[in-house]
Amino acid sequence: MVEKHQHSNVLEHSLRDIAGTLERTLFAEEISTKPGLLQSLDPRVKVVTVLAFLIAVSLSRSLGVIAGIYVLALVLALASSIPASFFIKRVWLALPFFTGMIILPAFFITPGPTLIQLPLGLVITSTGVTTALFLLLRVSTSVSLTLLLILTTPWNTTLSALTVLRVPDVFILILGMTYRYIYLLLHIANDMFLSRKSRVVGHLNDADNRRLLAAVSGALLGKSLDMSSEVYLAMQSRGFRGKMVTLKPFAMRKSDWGWLTGFLSICALAIFLGR
Amino acid sequence: MFTWESRFNLKWLGVYYAALFVWLGTTAMHIPEGYLSPITSLIMFLLVLPFWAIGARKIRQTMNARSIPLIALLAAFSFVIMMFNLPLPGGTSGHAIGAALAAVILGPEIATIAVSIALIIQALFFGDGGVLAIGANCFNMAVVIPYISFYIYRAFSKNVPLTSQRRLIGAALGGWVGVTVAAFLAGVEFGIQPLLFTAADGAPLYAPYPLAVAIPAMVIPHMLIPSIVEGLLTALVVAYLQRSNIHVLETAEKPAMATDAGSFQKLRGLWVGLIVLIVASPLGLLAPGTAWGEWSTTQLTEMGLKAVPSGLEKLSTLWGAPLSGYDLPLLGNTNLGYVLSAALGISIVALVVWLFLMLLTAGSNPQKQNT
Repeated sequence: MVEKHQHSNVLEHSLRDIAGTLERTLFAEEISTKPGLLQSLDPRVKVVTVLAFLIAVSLSRSLGVIAGIYVLALVLALASSIPASFFIKRVWLALPFFTGMIILPAFFITPGPTLIQLPLGLVITSTGVTTALFLLLRVSTSVSLTLLLILTTPWNTTLSALTVLRVPDVFILILGMTYRYIYLLLHIANDMFLSRKSRVVGHLNDADNRRLLAAVSGALLGKSLDMSSEVYLAMQSRGFRGKMVTLKPFAMRKSDWGWLTGFLSICALAIFLGR
Repeated sequence: MFTWESRFNLKWLGVYYAALFVWLGTTAMHIPEGYLSPITSLIMFLLVLPFWAIGARKIRQTMNARSIPLIALLAAFSFVIMMFNLPLPGGTSGHAIGAALAAVILGPEIATIAVSIALIIQALFFGDGGVLAIGANCFNMAVVIPYISFYIYRAFSKNVPLTSQRRLIGAALGGWVGVTVAAFLAGVEFGIQPLLFTAADGAPLYAPYPLAVAIPAMVIPHMLIPSIVEGLLTALVVAYLQRSNIHVLETAEKPAMATDAGSFQKLRGLWVGLIVLIVASPLGLLAPGTAWGEWSTTQLTEMGLKAVPSGLEKLSTLWGAPLSGYDLPLLGNTNLGYVLSAALGISIVALVVWLFLMLLTAGSNPQKQNT
């Protein structure tokens, strides 16, 4: 994030980013335990379906098809206890700042027939409008689809469900451990920043801030390396000998197969219509 | 009617770059969903696969079961580092990627794995970068940055003590060059989209700006902020480690970690060549009729790709008259076929090389027993 900052705001900034990340995922965990349509489905169905729809959105050459998939995502969110206002805001409030920024010039500088003539010799081209709509709709629909998955599924379940995509067990184990330790390291980093901040009177200048960040990074690296040996010893003492034994708690029910067939049929139709 | 040739206005280009500058600074280099066509995403995924395989093999050989928690912790570390906001002189600040730092400490092969895992978790759970764009993001940030920064750092740190100042220069320069090259590649990936994928009326379907705009728009802002942040953070952390935890800096140089580099280094020339090819193949589209295009054809036909030559006559008309575009049957389009074959060929060669390497070294490398 590039932004102007007052001196010594760097600490607060890093602290805020860390807290924001923690908060966001806590919210996701909360929704995933509520009753709802997607929560009740086998996670493997959700992983396959979301991936299939992402590909359909990506392949589509028709704005209508992408918009249709977005509406479907909205309906599914409503059926899954996800507050509609949250679901819409989360996607569309951030969009103007990111994709909106990059697409804005495309209205004017995409070669094509004139749609609207503006003062200062600016021309909005019809191809520019089409391009912008494609990018905005594609990005927002894809983000919405990914949100549906992570909001309605606990993270460790999502990871286990990746086996259906033939992701090796060892990779899933590492992803799961990484996710877990991200939280631990975020807490440690948070504590380091906070303890430093509580001992600072007045303002730190940029050079001090840089030194501080480098020291926190370096110390965190040292801690990570130490911790990895400790974790390894702990794993070994619990019988880990390099072989993965994973629980396969999922069982497809009739309704899961039904929803999977339904979703994939819609998806196939979307790909066909979007050719 | 508005065309590139007739109405390209420098003033608006300036406004445009200012807007992009803000955008680029805010998103670092994570390519979101929707900017790349599915074919491009697939090719980038294929390109990154051999590097994952190399990393996985390296981990197995050097660290064995111990590596599982190590990789997990280091991936988590890469993730956390990406949240730190480093102030730059002049009042701006930016996030580092941490890939150069990971490479300096772990060596590029293992850094690729750690950074990739961090990127995958960001895409899956935090919405940073697209899920289908994972291949492209991993190639740009988890392959290009670590390999480039590591070899620059290595060039500066060869035969100098661990406490040497030259290591700081190598770390800073490595981070800067690594991120800048990665930004260039992201620019190429964006820039080939409007050449290859357009709607019936010529409107680009994915990232809208051509190479001539996308490359400078990615490279110039990155050179000025994220590359500097990456270089600065890498050098500052190396300096911190020199003062307080110097044995960490030995990790990438230990014999156990370095021996395997022997088998890799024998083939390093080949890898460098492949990377040059990867980078250059889409550029062939930009320079029709020059030695570049011809050179590519011969190279590609030598690889046995029969689809290429027929497409090349068409290339000479590409830049002057943009693709008529519509009705792009996925493989029927010759330009797409050209890029696709080039990238696929490289991936296939890379995979074959890797498999060959595996066969050659499978018996000879004693598995290091874990303790």
